[in-house]
Amino acid sequence: MDLVTPSIGLVFWSSISFLILMFLLTKFAWKPITAALKEREESIDSAIKQAEAAREQMMALKSDNERLLNEARAERDRLLKEANEIKEQILAKAKQDAKTEGEKLILSAKQAIEQEKVNALNTLKQQVAILSVDMAEKILEKQLADRGQQEAYINDNLKSISLN
Amino acid sequence: MTPITNRFSAKNTVKAAIFFILSLITITQVMANEPEVATTNVTSDSVATASHEESKHEEKFNTSEVIMEHIADAHDWHLWGHTSFHLPVILYTDKGLEIFSSGKFDHGHAVHAGKYYNYKNVHEHIKIVDAAGNIDEAASSHVIDFSITKNVASLLVAFTFLLIIFISVANGYKKRGIAAPKGLGAWLEPIILFVRDDIARPNLGDQYHRFMPYLLTVFFFIWMNNVLGLVPFFPGGANVTGNIAVTLVLAVFTFILTNINGTKTYWSHVFTPHVPGWLYPLMIPVEIIGLFTKPFALMIRLFANITAGHILVLSLVCLIFIFKSMMVASVSVPFVIFISVIELLVAFIQAFIFTILSALYIGMALEKPHHENEHH
Repeated sequence: MDLVTPSIGLVFWSSISFLILMFLLTKFAWKPITAALKEREESIDSAIKQAEAAREQMMALKSDNERLLNEARAERDRLLKEANEIKEQILAKAKQDAKTEGEKLILSAKQAIEQEKVNALNTLKQQVAILSVDMAEKILEKQLADRGQQEAYINDNLKSISLN
Repeated sequence: MTPITNRFSAKNTVKAAIFFILSLITITQVMANEPEVATTNVTSDSVATASHEESKHEEKFNTSEVIMEHIADAHDWHLWGHTSFHLPVILYTDKGLEIFSSGKFDHGHAVHAGKYYNYKNVHEHIKIVDAAGNIDEAASSHVIDFSITKNVASLLVAFTFLLIIFISVANGYKKRGIAAPKGLGAWLEPIILFVRDDIARPNLGDQYHRFMPYLLTVFFFIWMNNVLGLVPFFPGGANVTGNIAVTLVLAVFTFILTNINGTKTYWSHVFTPHVPGWLYPLMIPVEIIGLFTKPFALMIRLFANITAGHILVLSLVCLIFIFKSMMVASVSVPFVIFISVIELLVAFIQAFIFTILSALYIGMALEKPHHENEHH
């Protein structure tokens, strides 16, 4: 019967020690431990949420990038096309310009040649005249005493001669 | 995942092995000394009384006396042979407090002359005796024994262990913040989480945090005392949670917590149960008895389970002395080991059951009216 008769002393000491133990553990162990556990759970929770948000952001960014890339590609294509067109235009214009310039140059060259030819002919004519006069002078030196009269006479004759 | 569990179980195995080896050492010493039991000191406390008895009268080995003496409380803490700790005796008599060492009783052989009366330790009950040495039962009934007995001392050992363990775990959290726990904390955190997530939350709902300190303390208090009771030598070996006074105190705490938190719905179940009016004279007493049977069952369950474990182990050890044969040891020792391992499991299970039922009873008291939900 001793076994199932609670002794007052042990009831007293176990109540006291249990209450003190509960008080001390609550203050120095359970509160910090449960707070730390809760804090950790919350941080894990928020980390998961953040990761989810980051993933979504990434997805948005990715689709944004895709769009930007597509836009950039389109822009590039457009620019290339434009550049091509401009090139064609420039080429065509250059060709045109070159052609007109060339024609102009040819024309002016022709004119210059013509001018030079005329000049040359004139010079030649003068030279011929001079030579002829000289020759004639040599031939006629003796005959023609009055040189001035003779030159005028020959020039008149030369003018009447057309070389062409 | 697998290496971690492997390491975990490896650690467990090592611990269990150490436990086995230690229990083997004590038992083998018993076996070695067995032939000289009548004359020499015996190392294990499980045969100390046997040596006492036999050295005096060569009496027949009294198994039930030995076992009962080991599971009951005592005024000194037996270590080995004739060596024991003499714990303080504190008596509250009608004339005042008496404090002296239990060594004065000389294991029940001597009468101690205190300030007010003469005392004798009769089978761990302290009695007042007159000059002639006759027990004065009438006067003895006025003496209340507040001694620091073996169980109180063991309780204080568990108290100290729990404080050291959990304050160091809490400091670990302070130091490491929310990082994963290490060492002792890594061992105990899953158990704390188990108490919170599998005991408190399912039974107490959103109010669980109010009862966490009680549930955690009760759980680890019972567990620690159960395990200390399984250690066969100092500072273990006391049968604290197998003592009805301790389980009574714990059950009373659960009872108080349950009923001071009782809601209107809870009390209406007691005083206006959902039965026809003419059944009230029957049902109300039944419901009121029901309030007390729940903690009563808590008290008896823990007491009976732990005491039964101790009796089982002691009986197996006693077999060696009943048959006075070394050969029996080859059977009893493996059985003692086997039962000890089961008792390790029981130590945990009983702590768990006590805690979960406490949580369940408190949760029942917190019950809110069911129909309220329809109005809101």
